[in-house]
This record gives sequence, C-alpha cells and structure tokens, in this order.
Amino acid sequence: MRLPKFVEIMKIFNRYTPLQIAIHLYAWSVLVWIIVELLTDSFSINPIQELEQRTGRHAITLLVMSLLCTPLHTIFKFPELLKRRRTLGLYALLYATIHVLIFVNLDYGLAWSLIARTVFEKPYIIVGALAFLMLIPLGVTSFDIWKVRLGKNWKRLHQMVYIIAPLVVLHYLWSKKGDILTFSGDIVRPAIYGLVVVVFLILRIPAIRRAIASRPTRGLSLPFKKNPEPKVDAS
Amino acid sequence: MSHRFKSVPVRSYEITPKEVYLSRRDFIKAAGVVAGSMALAACAPEEATPAAPQFNGPALNDELGDPANTYEEITNYNNYYEFTTNKEAVAPMSKDFTTAPWTVEVTGMVSNPKTFGFEDLLSMFPQEDRIYRLRCVEAWSMVIPWNGFPLASLLKAVEPTSSAKYVRFETVYRPEEMKGQSSPFYPWPYQEGLRLDEAMNDLTLLATGIYGETILPQNGAPIRLVVPWKYGFKSIKSIVKIELTDEEPSTLWSAIAPNEYGFYANVNPNVDHPRWSQASERRIGELTRRETLMFNGYGEQVAELYAGMDLNLNY
Repeated sequence: MRLPKFVEIMKIFNRYTPLQIAIHLYAWSVLVWIIVELLTDSFSINPIQELEQRTGRHAITLLVMSLLCTPLHTIFKFPELLKRRRTLGLYALLYATIHVLIFVNLDYGLAWSLIARTVFEKPYIIVGALAFLMLIPLGVTSFDIWKVRLGKNWKRLHQMVYIIAPLVVLHYLWSKKGDILTFSGDIVRPAIYGLVVVVFLILRIPAIRRAIASRPTRGLSLPFKKNPEPKVDAS
Repeated sequence: MSHRFKSVPVRSYEITPKEVYLSRRDFIKAAGVVAGSMALAACAPEEATPAAPQFNGPALNDELGDPANTYEEITNYNNYYEFTTNKEAVAPMSKDFTTAPWTVEVTGMVSNPKTFGFEDLLSMFPQEDRIYRLRCVEAWSMVIPWNGFPLASLLKAVEPTSSAKYVRFETVYRPEEMKGQSSPFYPWPYQEGLRLDEAMNDLTLLATGIYGETILPQNGAPIRLVVPWKYGFKSIKSIVKIELTDEEPSTLWSAIAPNEYGFYANVNPNVDHPRWSQASERRIGELTRRETLMFNGYGEQVAELYAGMDLNLNY
C-alpha cells in the first residue's frame, strides 16, 4: 500500500513514523504550554497547585495511553503500538517525576516533617508515592538490554503496571471532593480513567485476550481489518 | 454574646478603589500619577467630570497584618460548581447571570416572615466593611475586603421564635443560567446551615460587595453569606431563602460525603480531612505554605460557641 507522499518524505528524512511524531509532540505539549504561560504571566494565581495538577493529569493520561497499546493491537492489529509503549511509559514517568518534585520541593519546601505527616497519614498520598516508587524500576529497565539481563523476569517486573495503574487512579480520585461509591461530587474525570483501566485489566485476562485475538482464525471478523483468506484445500 | 469584631476600622470612602490597589512598587508609582491627576482635575473647568475619590493610604490588611488579595485574584479564582468546577472559568461563564430583580425569602420559625427585595435589604441594613480571611477546605485561602451587613441584623428584624435553633440557607436554582446545575453529581440547589448562635455572631456577614464594588456573579451575587471561621463551603452564595428551623439542616457537601464534610466545618488544624491534612494552607499570592490557625484566627470571637464540644466528633 502506497503511503501518502508527505509520510514517505518524513520517513526518509526523520526516520520517525507519524505516530511517533504525534506522540512526542503530544507528550511535550503540556510542558511547553506551562512554560509559555509562565513566561507570558498568564499562569494560575495558585501556580504550585496548578503545576501539580497539570503534570499529574498528563502523567496519568500518558500511562493509560501506554496501557491501551496492547489491547488496541489485539483488537485492531496495529503492531507499531507495541513499540510505542515504552515511549509513552517513559513520558509518564517524566511527568510523574516533575509532579513529585513540585510536591516535595515547591509545595512543601522540603519540610520533611510536614511531608512525612502527609505521606504516611493520608492514603491518597501513600498510593501516589507507592505508584511512583514502583514506576521507577519499570522506567529504568524499559530498555532492551534489560530484557537480556533479566530474562523472563523482565516481563514479570513490567507486569507491576497492573498494580501501578489502579493505584494512580485511586490517587487521582482521592484528591477530589466527592464520593465515587455514591457517584456524587467532582469525580467524573477520575471515574473515566478508572473505567479505562478496568476495561484494560479485563482485556488482559488471558482467556479474554485469546478470545479476541483468535477471532480471525475462528472465522469471525476483527473490526476494521480484512479477514484472512479462509484456508482452502489445494486438491 | 461575643464582643463586636474589630475589623481594621475602614470607612467606605477610605477603601482603595480597585484600580489603585496594586503591589507596593506599583502603588508608589500610581500615587504619583494619582497626585498628578488630582492636581489636573483641580485645574479643570467646572463641566469636567470630577475625579473619583482617591485614597493614598496603606494597602488593606486583615487584623493580623496580612495584605488583602487583589480584586483580580478574588474575582477570577472561584469555587462555584453551579457554573463549573474550573476555578478560572467561573468568571467568564457567569458574566450574564441575572442578579435583578432578586428576592430573599425569610421564613420558618419567625414572628415576622417576609420576602425582602434586594434593594430593601440594602436600605434597611447599613453596610459595613469587613476584611476577612476565607479558608477553603482544599487548603488554600485569601484575604477579602467584604462589604455587607451582619446576618444578626436581619434575624433581629424577623424575630426568631423561641423554638428556632438553626438557620438554613438556599441558593437559587436556575439551571438555564447556571450550567453546572445540570450535573447529576450534586443534589442541587446548594443548601447550608448554621446554629442560631453562630448565625447571630457579629462575624457572620451577608455580603453584597467586595472592595466597595457590587459583588460579581462569580463571588455569589447579589448576596451571599460569609462565615470566616469555617471552611469556605459554608459561605453559601446567591441566597434566595433563609429559614429558621429547630432541626440541624442538611448541607450539600455533607449529603455527598458525610464522613468528610460536617455541619460545623470549623477551620481546625488538628482535625484533618480524612484524605488530606488541614494543618497548613497556601495563601494565594504567597509561595510558601502557612500554618492553619484554629478557627481561621477568629478564636477570640467564636471559641466560646464550642466550649465543651468534641470538635473531632463535631467536624
């Protein structure tokens, strides 16, 4: 299939696919926007909280996007998505790190006794801190050399994301005024992320994943993908 | 009955008009401009419009010496979920909110129930200037120069009966102008309540202005409550009904999460929100956090209301 001309040109000169470019642009856009607003003095009057919230939201968005790559490939057969998981995951870690640094440094001014009281007493900070600490080894070992060094433990290590993702959703949810159990208050956005994570986790259950992946071989169609030609007996 | 709250004594003609209230450096610069323009106005012929009254005094501070936030900050950073949960979007979204005609129905266990027109309230009850701290439950705060009259004056005029123990308040319900009221996640309209002695305290204010200007929709126009020793969500906005009852009124936030938002909601650094600490807060305009004060610094006027009460249970 011939790609549009501009895509061919970009592939030649930049060796980056459109999806890669889109992801890098999207990932940096939040930081760029923050810097632009700070420089033009149009940033929030509660700047530290605004920084924490924007970097936090972007971190969870990037993490969830990284999680969605595998199920989207399972359903739509888009192999490039699998290579972009690392990109998205590392960007999520970048924004999570900025988020944590702002919290510890700008917000609490490195007042460790105040920080300790908040971290150890408040569940919403505890889960956030745990999620962040767990994300660090995943980020460090996200490069291919580690797959060699760790062997089959690499996959087990990276399955920690199944714990990290719900923790991050809880962290987001618990920072809001409202109650998810009665579906009241300011819980719409965390609830949406929570729903996506739940759907992702369900799709990763091996039996369900196999059922979806095997639809073509069972004669059923995957959405938007041509069915493989049914095997015909040569005789 | 606690003694009268001594705000920094400020008469309305002394309030710095918002255009002149600037940071210290700009203020010195502005003072030169003001002096110059006053001189020019004095030289101008009779038919020219006179310059607005100017005041070259110090910036407004609360009674603890902290400066009031700017008019810009106060009118562009608002928790008013009836419009939106985005604090900076409330001002543009609410600019067409209809504030006239407006009535406040005062009813329930009173000898003289009455529905007041807004203009009646302004003429019956002399306006005062009060500079109060407002502490949000989210742990940020501002210092705001309000204009208004004590709720006690209004309650005395309607004469609560001896069986009245609480005051209940209701916000207007107008989803066609308040988009957020279409959200199914909140039990609209907003309602709040006070114990009668809290309502009669001299600090409790019905506010109709900020910095000498008519209050804007994003701040709860045309009339709102200010209870400075409690978390901000108690200071209900755009009031249409005040009712005297003998039962503790239900409030919107305690209906949503009763283990997090109580009826009393007194600012208390020793009683944390279940999910975050209330020991410190961020004053808008400052970069470092500050310690939260018991009763938001108004203990002298209100602590006696809670003598003998367990504030961990009555949060």
